[in-house]
Amino acid sequence: MSYITKPEVRHPALEENALGLTRRDYEGAMSTLCAGCGHDSVTAAIVQAFFELEIPPHRAAKMSGIGCSSKTPAYFMNESHGFNGVHGRMPAIATGANAANRDLVYLGISGDGDSLSIGLGQLCHAIRRNVNMLYVLENNGVYGLTKGQFSASADVGSVSKRGEVNRHGPINPVPLALTLGATFVARSFSGDKKQLVPILKAGLTHKGFAMVDVISPCVTFNDHEGSTKSYAHTRTHNFEVVQTDFVPLMTEITAEQDRGDTTAVTMHDGSTVMFRRVAEDYDPTDREAALSYLRASQAKGEVATGLLYLEESGADMHACENTVDRPLVDVPFGDLCPGSAALEELQKEWR
Amino acid sequence: MANDDIDRANDFALKIGTVNGTGSASANAMLMQAIFRMGVPVSGKNLFPSNIQGLPTWYEIRVNKHGHLARTPDFDIMVAMNAETYQRDIEEVVSGGYVIYDSTRPLDPDILRDDVTFLGIPFADMCVENFKGARVRILMKNIAYVGALAAFLELDVDLIREMLAEKFAAKQKLIDSNMQAISLGYDYARENFECPLPVHMEPMDATSDSVILTGNTAAALGCVYAGATVGAWYPITPATSIMDAFKEFCGRFRKDPETGKNLYCIVQAEDELAAIGMVIGASWCGARAFTNTSGPGLSLMSEFLGLAYYAEVPAVVFDVQRTGPSTGMPTRTQQGDLFTVIYASHGDTKHIALFPADPEECFYFAVSAFDIAERFQTPVFVVSDLDIGMNDWMVPRLEWDEGYTPDRGKVLTAEDLEAVEEFHRYEDVDGDAIPYRTLPGVHPKGAYFTRGAGHDKYGGYTEDAEAYKEVVDRIARKIESAAAAVPEPEVRMAIDAPFGLVTIGACRGAALEALEQLEADGIEISYMRVRGFPFHPSVAQFINDHEITFVVEQNRDGQLLKLLTVETWAGKDKMTSVKYYGGLPLSAHHVVQGVTEALEKAGRLPAGKA
Ligand SMILES: Cc1ncc(C[n+]2csc(CCOP(=O)(O)OP(=O)(O)O)c2C)c(N)n1
Ligand code: SF4
Ligand SMILES: [Mg+2]
Repeated sequence: MSYITKPEVRHPALEENALGLTRRDYEGAMSTLCAGCGHDSVTAAIVQAFFELEIPPHRAAKMSGIGCSSKTPAYFMNESHGFNGVHGRMPAIATGANAANRDLVYLGISGDGDSLSIGLGQLCHAIRRNVNMLYVLENNGVYGLTKGQFSASADVGSVSKRGEVNRHGPINPVPLALTLGATFVARSFSGDKKQLVPILKAGLTHKGFAMVDVISPCVTFNDHEGSTKSYAHTRTHNFEVVQTDFVPLMTEITAEQDRGDTTAVTMHDGSTVMFRRVAEDYDPTDREAALSYLRASQAKGEVATGLLYLEESGADMHACENTVDRPLVDVPFGDLCPGSAALEELQKEWR
Repeated sequence: MANDDIDRANDFALKIGTVNGTGSASANAMLMQAIFRMGVPVSGKNLFPSNIQGLPTWYEIRVNKHGHLARTPDFDIMVAMNAETYQRDIEEVVSGGYVIYDSTRPLDPDILRDDVTFLGIPFADMCVENFKGARVRILMKNIAYVGALAAFLELDVDLIREMLAEKFAAKQKLIDSNMQAISLGYDYARENFECPLPVHMEPMDATSDSVILTGNTAAALGCVYAGATVGAWYPITPATSIMDAFKEFCGRFRKDPETGKNLYCIVQAEDELAAIGMVIGASWCGARAFTNTSGPGLSLMSEFLGLAYYAEVPAVVFDVQRTGPSTGMPTRTQQGDLFTVIYASHGDTKHIALFPADPEECFYFAVSAFDIAERFQTPVFVVSDLDIGMNDWMVPRLEWDEGYTPDRGKVLTAEDLEAVEEFHRYEDVDGDAIPYRTLPGVHPKGAYFTRGAGHDKYGGYTEDAEAYKEVVDRIARKIESAAAAVPEPEVRMAIDAPFGLVTIGACRGAALEALEQLEADGIEISYMRVRGFPFHPSVAQFINDHEITFVVEQNRDGQLLKLLTVETWAGKDKMTSVKYYGGLPLSAHHVVQGVTEALEKAGRLPAGKA
């Protein structure tokens, strides 16, 4: 990974958002991933989502574990603090950071190895605590950075580049998150920016833990025939269960967005997520129904995508812990230290 | 040793054997408090099993007018309330001592001794007669032995009544029933035996400036006073009561006056890896955050501690040591984590540590730990142990300096950042080996990428030898420079003493008591207790200035001695190890014995002592 910034050539047509920032202001260092790696497309979608949501980059914190996927926070939003921690433990760092400063926008980037093997426990507990963050799991079925071993998301029968066949059943993060009570669960594909960007925006707006499982092929170790996480396989088996539109606060919902078959969910900040059902009878606000649909779809070998479940009324970690509304880091010392008189009084009990 | 010819007022030890989970803790606490309120120095040590209910448990009280409050194994009085342990309990009493037992059932004649006095009181019968309900009867049996001890020791009964009134406030019924149980024991003892015993209490005035508390309570209070807002932990004996106490104090002192909401956040993590990760995340964001753990948890935290060291993120870790290795003896004490703490994590790492000796230092060192962690941008350990953390210590009343302002270290504000041309996270701008830090969310210019991967002084990823070395060498200098920031050693120089003694943590009381005994035997030894790592330069000097220095510690491998060998310029051949690591708190006799044996070996015992 190098740290060269891309040459700044300002294109006159480069569009500005309400903060006066261009997409370029949301970019980072040059990627050092393999050309064609799905993770770079996810990075591009993240840049777009933050740009469009007009989030000041310095008010976001980029957290990650270890892996090719976890390297990507260096490749977007140079003006955000980033924390590339240890393998599989990003949720803990993000949880602590969020406990200290609840006002930042937390974006966690992880891989299938990082999240589903070494870090499975931490992922589950971050979901359980409903830490307010967007968690992007860049899922390629292998450990890219350690050169292509199967990960826990590899499907039974998927063949490795060396010709080994995987025999162990996959840990599928979507039903896992649903079972654990996650309040925002989505799956998307790095090759489908049109689908991914609104999902990311909804996830960033969601109050609570938003998990987005993004199938993000590894061109170097898992894009061959026989792999179930290749571009070709994902394209042919991708089935968009529900289409999502994200409508920011103070924006009119257009007629195109509001057709007869749509449902709207109002987000915490007043923005709206519009669902258009593609699969008949799919209800992204019914956890049990979503789970059974997705199980059946998985059995058929489909890769069901879309914002699959959303519940905006859940209590996040701070609500459960009853912490003050302002960030703890902003509470002045004088309000935290009880002082000498209180100490004297307290010690009367210890005599 | 008990001796009828000598006045044994205010100088004795007693031990109470009961069954875990029968509520004896509050009776024992009452006893401690009564002695303390009579103005006599006292300590209480809880010897408990790793069990919730049913196994034997003991409470040891030492009363000493000279203030020697380390554990002593010489018990003048045994209150034997657990038939299962009668035999070993009776064996533990010194010759000439006393055994108070429940005479509802006769003692097995085989375990009787003729050199101790047996004082039988039918506690169970008395309680069956006077109280209703099995649970109440069991509880009141405990209160009744306090009553008996009040007679035998001449404890102030009015004081006990006063304490009960405070404890149960408006619940007159409870006060009455407890007082009734006290009287049952008290009256029976007075009517049937000669009271008081030669070992007994006399009022003094040596405790009015003191309080009784545990190290864990004190450490938690230190966290509150230091302004810590985030605590993340995973339950483990003997560290748990730090977070329990922190929570309780926060409930009292940390409610937002307007909303009633919490000015703190405690996360019970899924394991210790997560706990330290959360602390690192919170500290990275600018909060004062801490975790509390013991050996097994510390081992799990290892990888993250290396990250915090290398990425230069503050963190405060309380390690309340217990007996290792592995699960070891979870309810016994030891000082076996010294290596693990100092060198936690792979690669070249070295951590700052503070070593409190008692609850008083737990309080003040907790506050310092946050200051040092933020000043040096690195993990700081407060290394205590089960004895300090969970036992009842009499310590000087804590004081709070209203002038205290937290040292948040070199953190750039938004205005600072506005003014600088460029910010580089790991650059040694001031030549003090400490770089400037920024917090997320403050200013776009402050952004940097925190990573455990190789980085240069600009914070950029690197695999370049020189750029890598520049950063790790500076970190080494930074940690070294903390020797001046950690608490200085405690020193008591004996004039022209040829010998020295270096010790650490909870060994303090036993070591000082031992030195007094040795001095009485004509053996002069200077004393030093290290209170922080990196070691203060005076430590090596002290060792060098003495012909032999005894290094007193509680672990098998002489970890402190080895650290002194590696981390100071003191000569290894100057040091002799004196160790005790059986899991009980150190006693003076361990030290006296160890030192005497070593001197004998060296042919340096004064004439007549060999
Ligand atoms: C404790 C630990 N064990 C092993 C490794 C080696 N390691 C680095 S990345 C990685 C797997 C990453 O896989 P994934 O999260 O799927 O990321 P990808 O590279 O596929 O994007 C492993 C095992 C490590 N960094 N730390
Ligand atoms: S090895 Fe795979 S995952 Fe890693 S950068 Fe290359 S394509 Fe991407
Ligand atoms: Mg992977």
